[in-house]
Amino acid sequence: MTAVGVAILLLAHWVGVDYLYFASYTILQFIVLATAWNILGGYCGYVNFGSAAFFAMGAYSSVFLHKSIEVLPVPALIVMGGVVSGVVGLGMGYLTLRLRGSFFAIATLALAVVLGTLVVNWDYVGGSRGAYIIRPESLEFAGLKINYIEYLFGLMLILAIVALVSARTIERSQLGFGFATIRDDELAAEACGVPTLKLKLVATTISGAFMGMAGAPFPYYIGYLQPSSAFGLEYAVNSIAMPMIGGTTSWVGPLVGALLLGSAQQYATVTISSAVNLLIVGLMLVGFVIIAPNGIVGLVQERLRRKRS
Amino acid sequence: MDISFDLLINAIAAGLLLGGFYAAVTAGVSISFGMLDIVNIAHPGFVILGSYLAYYININFGVDPIIVSILMLPFFYALGSIIYQVYHVSFEKRGQDSLRGLAFFFGLLFVTEVSLILVFGVDYRYVEAVYIGPSIHIGLVDLPLRMLVPCLAALALFAGIQLFITRTFTGRAIMAVSQDQLALQLMAADPIKIKRIAFGISIATAAVAGALLIIIQPVEPSVGREYIGRVFAICVLGGLGSMPGTLIAAMLLGIVESLTATFYGPSWAPAVAFGLLLLTLAFRPAGLLGR
Repeated sequence: MTAVGVAILLLAHWVGVDYLYFASYTILQFIVLATAWNILGGYCGYVNFGSAAFFAMGAYSSVFLHKSIEVLPVPALIVMGGVVSGVVGLGMGYLTLRLRGSFFAIATLALAVVLGTLVVNWDYVGGSRGAYIIRPESLEFAGLKINYIEYLFGLMLILAIVALVSARTIERSQLGFGFATIRDDELAAEACGVPTLKLKLVATTISGAFMGMAGAPFPYYIGYLQPSSAFGLEYAVNSIAMPMIGGTTSWVGPLVGALLLGSAQQYATVTISSAVNLLIVGLMLVGFVIIAPNGIVGLVQERLRRKRS
Repeated sequence: MDISFDLLINAIAAGLLLGGFYAAVTAGVSISFGMLDIVNIAHPGFVILGSYLAYYININFGVDPIIVSILMLPFFYALGSIIYQVYHVSFEKRGQDSLRGLAFFFGLLFVTEVSLILVFGVDYRYVEAVYIGPSIHIGLVDLPLRMLVPCLAALALFAGIQLFITRTFTGRAIMAVSQDQLALQLMAADPIKIKRIAFGISIATAAVAGALLIIIQPVEPSVGREYIGRVFAICVLGGLGSMPGTLIAAMLLGIVESLTATFYGPSWAPAVAFGLLLLTLAFRPAGLLGR
């Protein structure tokens, strides 16, 4: 996986077009968001509609630290964004996960609205006017001069790999089996002595932390952060649609979904319009959950199984 | 803080009127989420759809928005029945309603919103009617007709639903489904048919709520999102499936929001519902009048 990452980095450097960095940064960001969503949604079966809130929290913690301390490098901001969003995820989970699953979903949905309200009213981070972050042109690293957008792209690539590797590790560990028992039958799991609340809280925290980490470099990427762009519904819908379309049971699903939908959207935004491409995502989500409940990965697995027998 | 008395009285009166309207928006969710256990988060999307239909017919044919909404009831009922049928066949039957059903409704909400943006754009739209503008003065209190008429219409709708549920045969059957679906099946009744009727009614209320919404305030497609938190906060606070509880909770939220808007500024109002929701979930998850 690391080899794949290095290969992508070298390839991107060789092509060296700035637009390519911008476009693939967005796709990588969606890989992280989709994988993070899937850790809670796909493995445990708890739906999080507030991905945008966790993402924006990471982004705004960067803005806050940028304004108050200034000199922190982006990797440190990513860690901080992860911590902030992870803690919020833990708190939310603690309040709502003891009840039926749908309460958690509703609470996350409302969380986005409320955090949006808080940020709009918080002048220090720009309020409703938004905040500017001036991105340096380039950066010195070990004697090399690196283009800043390339630097952000590299960081996001590392983050995406870390997220995918963690998801894969979780899936095959005892933790992952615990998550699966919750998804399949929570009551039975509880009766067998699985500490369901603890496991759910772990999942919420990891998932929230990755979403925050995906959001932390965002202000540097976009240069101007505004509540409506950070809390945009497209983050929420994409981070649900991508795992659902790719397949929720394995770490490959969100990756496939994010690559497919992410590049399709980059293409559609340039050629058609951004509203139409969101409509397509929504329709695909509805279509896939009705027709192919296990996503693309599920379809492929079924095909393979049939061939074998 | 210096709180002037007539400001307080007016804020409470405005909150009561607002609360009446919230009750109309929540009535549908109270049926679908409270009684049928279908987490229809797309409900506010249908409310906005109702608003836009009321707007379109009002501007082009000059029909009063409330009359439009009553004419639209059968169409929304049919829409609700179709959605329930799809939901039942694809999710309830397969036992996947928790994860994929939620994603399904979320997708519907999103598709409705983006379609409205594509058709009407993101400009604010409003309707015209005789009662938008003037207000009644009773002593210290100002009652704008723009708020009073929707509140009364909402209360009428609410009373209608309550009577239907408690007095008619079908209504009682809906209550029965919400209490014990298996028992209903044992008595040879078809719970699917009853749930379809109930879900149809719940979507039909969105037509009325939508028309009332566009009387109260100008509407643009993403306004619906603010109502998701409110609607579910009211539903949970009132106690799932309890119509009187829903009404009380709606009034309560209306008053608290109105006081917040008056004394701290309107930009804080959306956070109130969420705070209320979290407090309810933390301290009394069964709600005010919950079973």
